[in-house]
Amino acid sequence: MTVLEQSGAYHLAPPPDWRPRRDPAPLLPDGEPFRLLGTGAELDGELLRELYGQLVRGRRFNEQATALTKQGRLAVYPSSTGQEAAEVAAALALREQDWLFPSYRDTLAAVARGLDPVEVLSLLRGDWHSGYDPRASRVAPLSTPLATQLPHAVGLAHAARLKGDDVVALAMVGDGGSSEGDFHEALNFAAVWQAPAVFLVQNNGFAISVPLAKQTAAPSLAHKAVGYGMPGRLVDGNDAAAMHHVLSEAVERARGGGGPTLVEAVTYRLDAHTNADDATRYREAAEVESWREHDPLRLMERELRDRGLLDEAGVREAAEAAERMAGDMRERMHQEPELDPMDLFDHVFAHRTAQLHEQAGLLRAELQAAEAEGTPAAGQRHGGRQQDDERGGRE
Amino acid sequence: MSTATGTSVESGAQPPREQARKQSTMAQALNRALRDSLAADPSVHVFGEDVGTLGGVFRVTDGLTKEFGEDRCTDTPLAEAGILGTAVGMAMYGLRPVVEMQFDAFAYPGFEQLVSHISRMRNRTRGSLPMPLTVRVPYGGGIGGVEHHSDSSEAYYMATPGLHVVTPATVADAYGLLRRSIASDDPVIFLEPKRLYWGKADWSPEQPEEVPEIGRAAVRRPGTSATLITYGPSLPVCMDAAEAAARDEGLELEVVDLRSLVPFDEETVVASVRRTGRAVVVHESAGFAGPGAEIAARVSERCFHYLEAPVLRVSGFDIPYPPPMLERHHLPDVDRVLDAVSRLQWESEWRAQDAGGGVN
Repeated sequence: MTVLEQSGAYHLAPPPDWRPRRDPAPLLPDGEPFRLLGTGAELDGELLRELYGQLVRGRRFNEQATALTKQGRLAVYPSSTGQEAAEVAAALALREQDWLFPSYRDTLAAVARGLDPVEVLSLLRGDWHSGYDPRASRVAPLSTPLATQLPHAVGLAHAARLKGDDVVALAMVGDGGSSEGDFHEALNFAAVWQAPAVFLVQNNGFAISVPLAKQTAAPSLAHKAVGYGMPGRLVDGNDAAAMHHVLSEAVERARGGGGPTLVEAVTYRLDAHTNADDATRYREAAEVESWREHDPLRLMERELRDRGLLDEAGVREAAEAAERMAGDMRERMHQEPELDPMDLFDHVFAHRTAQLHEQAGLLRAELQAAEAEGTPAAGQRHGGRQQDDERGGRE
Repeated sequence: MSTATGTSVESGAQPPREQARKQSTMAQALNRALRDSLAADPSVHVFGEDVGTLGGVFRVTDGLTKEFGEDRCTDTPLAEAGILGTAVGMAMYGLRPVVEMQFDAFAYPGFEQLVSHISRMRNRTRGSLPMPLTVRVPYGGGIGGVEHHSDSSEAYYMATPGLHVVTPATVADAYGLLRRSIASDDPVIFLEPKRLYWGKADWSPEQPEEVPEIGRAAVRRPGTSATLITYGPSLPVCMDAAEAAARDEGLELEVVDLRSLVPFDEETVVASVRRTGRAVVVHESAGFAGPGAEIAARVSERCFHYLEAPVLRVSGFDIPYPPPMLERHHLPDVDRVLDAVSRLQWESEWRAQDAGGGVN
């Protein structure tokens, strides 16, 4: 007996009328990245000058941090040279009460938000994982695992809305991070909950060495938005004015209850992935040079000069301000950080477990023994051990 | 631990005694703990897959959405990393998320959030961002679940610094420990032994007899011959084994219920083994690099001169959790526990006969 014979009441009725629940067209990004510089659009001169000053500072910050890796003061530095416009715009599009969720490359966004450069570099220097207080600064710790900070941004934005607070969370991720599962889950949650969150993907061409074409088959990363039911915006990531405009629009849309937006900034990483990377193995010098023509600083400087908003004195003034910041950074980064090894046990739990008490006691005894022997406490344990051995062991 | 929620548990209203005594299941006690926590603290939020309208696949969250609204007990998209990741952000903003992983093996997609963020956020930020969140994980076998529905993953959680790992074995502990976990300012992996969900006990939430602090083991049965160290789903097995040993062998086995794996109540365990001189650790999860390995090592370090026999372990085999028709061969049962007890070295004078003598 076939299935059809069994179900005598079977009718050839059509399935229920099905249509997409929402019209996808308004969610789709434009085919070309949005631009403002060089278009003659009406722009706020004060804002342009502010963006320019921040871009110059940002470029100098990247150069100084890279130099510090060569001097052994930073363990590693993932430069955002070439991406300064996106970094700066992310910081300036937020209001005081909003939160920023940066990835490890987004040190500059944190600095542009007003954080102390030395505190921001703590993770990369290696004196503590987060050198600044996220609660006080409303900048989440720099996230090393890719895209995992995106669901945090969604949760925080959702929590703020539940409490009735006027807070937007902006989360930053790279093109490689857009392939991670957490990227998908964060965007899906944000759209379902209509959380006041904005996602900024900096498409800088490569995930370390893997080019975008091997990363995704999507028409653009901004097109991914439609699958979640949120608008996708494609922006020239080197155009600081366009970046600021689009991000501000997305942030204020979220603030007004309009839900999340996915913004793809099309940009380029002029430096290697980090100082430890050899970018010549996976990209041509000609390609890098072509992007130098589209450098965010050059675009902004040309715009300001064309509008008569910047002269040589203005250029010099911005460079000097950036140099002061770099000088202060350099001086303070060359000082040895003050570290207390006992801090290791202070922030594991609200209250130490018995086992952690015991281990803290062991370390304290080692430190005291080293001090009594006149051995510097930090990094000298091996020497201390040898002396113990000469005395016939530790017991 | 002195938190607002914890205090309110202890000073709860006391109804007349005759009304208070009634039979409750562990699932009901857990449900009551969630309700009481939601009512006591507006920052508590329950969310996860199916926890709302359905009330959870085990009905532990039954009625919470109806009572507290969708904002306090929320059905989420089906995504464990998303559930744990958004819980991080909510905790960052001062809420106390209580999330459900539905089944033990379903938690694995969320492991990165657990080990890379939840366990470390307090440490990373020098205490600026504590993670007061509770992750409820129904765990363990014995309910005939198909693959991925019966894992015991406690060793993974225990091996992650920064997480508390708690598992009740009684109805009263289910209530008390869950309330303590939700009130805790640290992340707690709250492991719920699935096969004890429907076990009934004389317990009434109106009169909680005991609200244990996290990190305190309980001696469930005093004894002098040897100590059975166990937790969660293996507690009833050990209690039955101790009864049988007393009846058939004249051995008085002490049974210690750890209740909390992290923090580990070393003092209670060590005191017991020093009294009895022999120990067997019993759990369902795999033995190799399992919780018993850690416990046996600690007992050996602290009790070496008191031990009459090596510390033995009775655990599940070192195999992926078997299909339901074979799980009875895998799970430690009374016979396997008694076999281990018989393998303890009994040649020397029984400590049971040396009443209260301790070790010289």
